[in-house]
Amino acid sequence: MQALVIAAHGSHLSAGSSTPTFDHADTIRAVSAFDEVRESFWKEEPHFREVLRTVDADEVYLVPLFISEGYFTEQVIPREFRLEEWEPELWDSDGTSADTATLTAEDTGQTIHYCGPAGTHDAMSDVIVQRAQSVTDDPDVGDGFGLAVVGHGTERNENSAKAIEYHADRIGERDRFDEVQALFMDEDPEIDDVTEYFESDDIVVVPLFVADGYHTEEDIPEDMRLTDDYRTGYDVPTTVDGHDIWYSGAVGTEPLMADVLLERAADAGADVGDAIQRVKSETGGAEASGD
Amino acid sequence: MQGAHLDALVTTAADGIAFDGLVVEPDDGGYVVEVDGDSHAVETDDDLRRVATEYPAYVSNWYFWHASAPQKADRWAFLRWIEGAEERTVPERYNALAEGVTQTWGQLRITARIDDGNRRYDISHVDDTAADATLERYDDPLDARTLVKHDDDGKYRPLKTAPTLRTGWQFVDLDPADLVQTVEFVYPATVANWHRERTGDLDVNHWRETMERQSGIYGVVQTWDRGKGYEHVNWVAEACCDDSQCLKRREWEYDDETELDVDGGDGEFPCREPCSLVISAARRWTKLEGEQPQTYEFELTPSEKEQVERIVEAVADGETEAIREADVYDGANRYRTRFLRAKLFDDEGNLCGVETDAE
Ligand code: SF4
Repeated sequence: MQALVIAAHGSHLSAGSSTPTFDHADTIRAVSAFDEVRESFWKEEPHFREVLRTVDADEVYLVPLFISEGYFTEQVIPREFRLEEWEPELWDSDGTSADTATLTAEDTGQTIHYCGPAGTHDAMSDVIVQRAQSVTDDPDVGDGFGLAVVGHGTERNENSAKAIEYHADRIGERDRFDEVQALFMDEDPEIDDVTEYFESDDIVVVPLFVADGYHTEEDIPEDMRLTDDYRTGYDVPTTVDGHDIWYSGAVGTEPLMADVLLERAADAGADVGDAIQRVKSETGGAEASGD
Repeated sequence: MQGAHLDALVTTAADGIAFDGLVVEPDDGGYVVEVDGDSHAVETDDDLRRVATEYPAYVSNWYFWHASAPQKADRWAFLRWIEGAEERTVPERYNALAEGVTQTWGQLRITARIDDGNRRYDISHVDDTAADATLERYDDPLDARTLVKHDDDGKYRPLKTAPTLRTGWQFVDLDPADLVQTVEFVYPATVANWHRERTGDLDVNHWRETMERQSGIYGVVQTWDRGKGYEHVNWVAEACCDDSQCLKRREWEYDDETELDVDGGDGEFPCREPCSLVISAARRWTKLEGEQPQTYEFELTPSEKEQVERIVEAVADGETEAIREADVYDGANRYRTRFLRAKLFDDEGNLCGVETDAE
């Protein structure tokens, strides 16, 4: 038996925070690639501390639904899941290249294949592109468009900026969009000046966040001057300084995100059969090629 | 009883069976069958089959627990608990299940019954009447995740075991695996921890060790514990873990030598360590409790002093919504409270015009 356990942040204050996690879990449940799929949270229940004991399988693929490597993936999750003898070096990562490490959970004895976060998997670049397609309602979006990939800067976590740049570079190399630029909330190049960084008339802005919340719904739209007050909403696209800004909201709500979770587990050795193809075709990612 | 049950019994008989009052032992090329104090010696598989047919409840019961019920030890034990398997004989149980056997799990009412030879389960809120035709019907356990997100007033429930579960729904006709899964979505990990406790294997992490484990923005909570004092943790437990706030029975204490002075509650399922809500609140309290007390001087009438006390009580017990609009005899009534503010607060919101001294 094999199980997939998704580790996400969750929230004490916002009911919607866990919704994308549930949605992606359900997409994976529907293709029956695992005997069990279970969501777990840092701020909700089942908590990281206790989810493993609710799972029957001895073989568990643990995938963090987080954007970057850092404090949560290196300290909090391994500690709370009680992964014996974990050390970040086991991932041998340069900040965006974590793959998997096989460990034992101290309290349950299960074998845990601890995977790198969803956000730094190569398939995430496809999700960003897919998000751009969704928000513009154009499967061929690219020509005449700029793409901004947005995240926190290094202030909170140096790897957070690396993940943003990693995907911006990868998508840039595909020559699909006229321009691709990584932008940040708390450092240069800043999201406030988004129109200064693009020549294209149309700019798709995709924030690399797992769920919509304060940053993606309030901060970023106001910083980009899509609206003076997030409560009044904004149009998609909104014209700012003569550019049309297509703001997509959190990339993590894109259905294709389920594919990234699945690929993480498959890379770690999970037997998922044709589930990856099926999830891709069901979530609109069938055409999204690798590199 | 289905033929498949008998087939399985005959196939397994060679290894011996002893379960819930049904015993089959290989003996001298045949078998000895013991049920309910009756003993039968049989020679062939066909004889075994014939004798077994006389005890349909025992055979189908044996089959259910070995082939139909989830085999994970805690799920299995939970399903046994629901129908009182350790207290009732098989015929008693089957009689009861024909009518429906009901247990309470937090705010869940779980009913087990036998329908057409199969165990089926229904779940509803304890405050709803299960027969109420207006309850929304569900049969997919995954839907429980959405149901438990908000209370009846539409407020988000960050703590799954808060006694604020929504009413107005029912899950009907679940099979055993779906029953356990639904319960697990409503009250995650409660079945596993309950079972661990029953088997003497509950891994309690007390307050001290849980706080010492915290890092990042929560690391500061470690500084709240000083010396031997644990009164602050009594207050936390009284504030958050009381049965009126959380249905788990608190099993964690200050440390493994120091019990808290506050009762852990009567919940069916245990709480094995301070939860994330308590840790977040403790972070806030660590900061607030670092302040030094000051002496303030206010002039209040005796009734005003009592009114302030009543307002604190009403907020702490969640009573404010229930206080009637015109009930000016209740100190926490809105008009009474607005009057108090109009009379005693200055323009900056200071009580009796006395400034908060930040020194
Ligand atoms: S720590 Fe207290 S509030 Fe939290 S789950 Fe346990 S008993 Fe409930």
